[in-house]
Amino acid sequence: MVVPIAYYLVLSAILFSIGVAAFLIKRNIITVFMSIELMLNAVNLTFVAFAHQWHQVSGQIFVFFVMVVAAAEAAVGLAIIIAIFRARNTLNVDQVNLMKL
Amino acid sequence: MHLACILPEVILTLAGVLIMLVDPLLPRTASRKPTGWFSVLAMVAAFAASAWQLHLAPGTAYYGVVQTDAFSVFFHLLICGTVLVALLAAIDSVRPEAHDMGEFFALILLGTVGMLLMTSAVELLLVFIGLEISSISTYILAGFRRRSGKSIEASIKYFLLGSFATAFFLYGIALTFGATGTTRIAAIAAALPHTTTPILAWTAVGLILIGLGFKVSAAPFHVWTPDVYEGAPSPVVALMSTAPKAAAFAVLLRIFYGAYPSIQQHWWSLFWVLAAVSMTLGNLAALRQQSVKRMLAYSSIAHAGYLLVAFTSFSLQGIAAASFYALCYVAMNVGIFAVISHVGGYDDHLWSITDYRGLAYRSPVLCGAMAFFLLSLIGIPFTGGFFAKFYVFSAALQQGMFGLAIIGLINSGIAAFYYLRLLTALYSKPAQGSPVLAVPRMSITLGLAILLSASATLLLGVVPRSSLDLAQRGAGTLFQTGHPAQAAVQVVNDAPSQ
Repeated sequence: MVVPIAYYLVLSAILFSIGVAAFLIKRNIITVFMSIELMLNAVNLTFVAFAHQWHQVSGQIFVFFVMVVAAAEAAVGLAIIIAIFRARNTLNVDQVNLMKL
Repeated sequence: MHLACILPEVILTLAGVLIMLVDPLLPRTASRKPTGWFSVLAMVAAFAASAWQLHLAPGTAYYGVVQTDAFSVFFHLLICGTVLVALLAAIDSVRPEAHDMGEFFALILLGTVGMLLMTSAVELLLVFIGLEISSISTYILAGFRRRSGKSIEASIKYFLLGSFATAFFLYGIALTFGATGTTRIAAIAAALPHTTTPILAWTAVGLILIGLGFKVSAAPFHVWTPDVYEGAPSPVVALMSTAPKAAAFAVLLRIFYGAYPSIQQHWWSLFWVLAAVSMTLGNLAALRQQSVKRMLAYSSIAHAGYLLVAFTSFSLQGIAAASFYALCYVAMNVGIFAVISHVGGYDDHLWSITDYRGLAYRSPVLCGAMAFFLLSLIGIPFTGGFFAKFYVFSAALQQGMFGLAIIGLINSGIAAFYYLRLLTALYSKPAQGSPVLAVPRMSITLGLAILLSASATLLLGVVPRSSLDLAQRGAGTLFQTGHPAQAAVQVVNDAPSQ
């Protein structure tokens, strides 16, 4: 049985939307950061589905680069999160508010 | 030949890696200033290499991934020049005893590599990688004052919202790939008119605009800007409010005019709204700011709005005006933040507009430079800011964008109000009883940085011809590649005369 590409696209759109919603709703910085990773993985799924549809390997190569960049971002992001925990003793987004928005 | 196309990037990468390698070998107490000088040298070399690229025949390299043309060289020169000024301003305004300054300079150099790659990339994969290289370095730089709660808060806000924006940008690329089967800009432009799923392309345009809108801090995607500019160290703000934004604007121009010209009727109205909202919101919010850095943050949002006006006019003049505006904007903005990083101090102990009262009596030269940059930000004639606004609005008027031009002109009037508020504070007597805070003596490097940016702003306002010519040549390369149909028409028209 062949799964139509629309299924993959709908799934990745749902994953992306969950990521966006979690980014906006969640209050813990680590969870907020995880929701960004979810969004990136939704994008990866889209790339792989389209690469399969177009019979183009370039979409899959793109996924590898997204993974590499996500790993680099995670390294920097977690370092910043550690620094903020040391400075403020909290990881709640609402309490990281020295400057008014 | 291939290496020549990425020569500035190669120079800066080598220099950045070298600083990273040497820095840990130096004794802990040794001054890190030589690494700063070395990075200045590397940046001068990169600038020279970019200027040399102007003489290369336009072409692509590395399997058509990077392209050297007048457009990329224009932005290479712009970015290298801006970072050079920011480096000169940073060398003396950071604490000499700080032992982590080697990293600071290395990160600036490596971030610049990303920005340069963004402007010369013609494959969305490389655009994405360049964007991330420059973003990740600026995330770290924003939090460089680790002891300060504000700085690290700026860093986390910038990081979270920046990565959020990147995800949108990536999703846009993925949908473009789905609509056309390629991620090369020229191939996308060729395949887009024949796509069977145009809805994917339209969604992709919206998502890419959201992603890059965050990077250029266009309203309503601007929420991070004031906080990050307020919290980050001023020498870093001098860098990140200018060069990465110019690079992001170059990417916007390259993608929208290079890849999506055939669906222009779907995206120009988005730019219209973005420009109008950015100008109005930026200027109105700047009116009620007390902190100088926050005020300038909102002013930079408004300037992003003026620049986006040029995008709505779908013409060669529009692209040239946008490039020229980017050049003038970075020249005056890097200058004013260089002054602020000296006057305010590395720890921002002078931050409010009232703190700047009477600066003219304490440090007339610095104050004169700051006043000049403010006049340019207002758009007074004989400064770069005037011609930049002039070209943008005349490009908009040529295409019949009267509504947008009127909104822009009203906004320029509002903007004059808050710039003049700071300007009058500079030249008025300090308030009675307020402690007079001494401004340290200006160092030679800072003087050089301010001199460079002030003379660039002045020259752009008096003799804009040569830089405008280069901007127009760049616009020409972009507009041709985006319009195979128009180029074909031109060939047909030329044929009988031969």
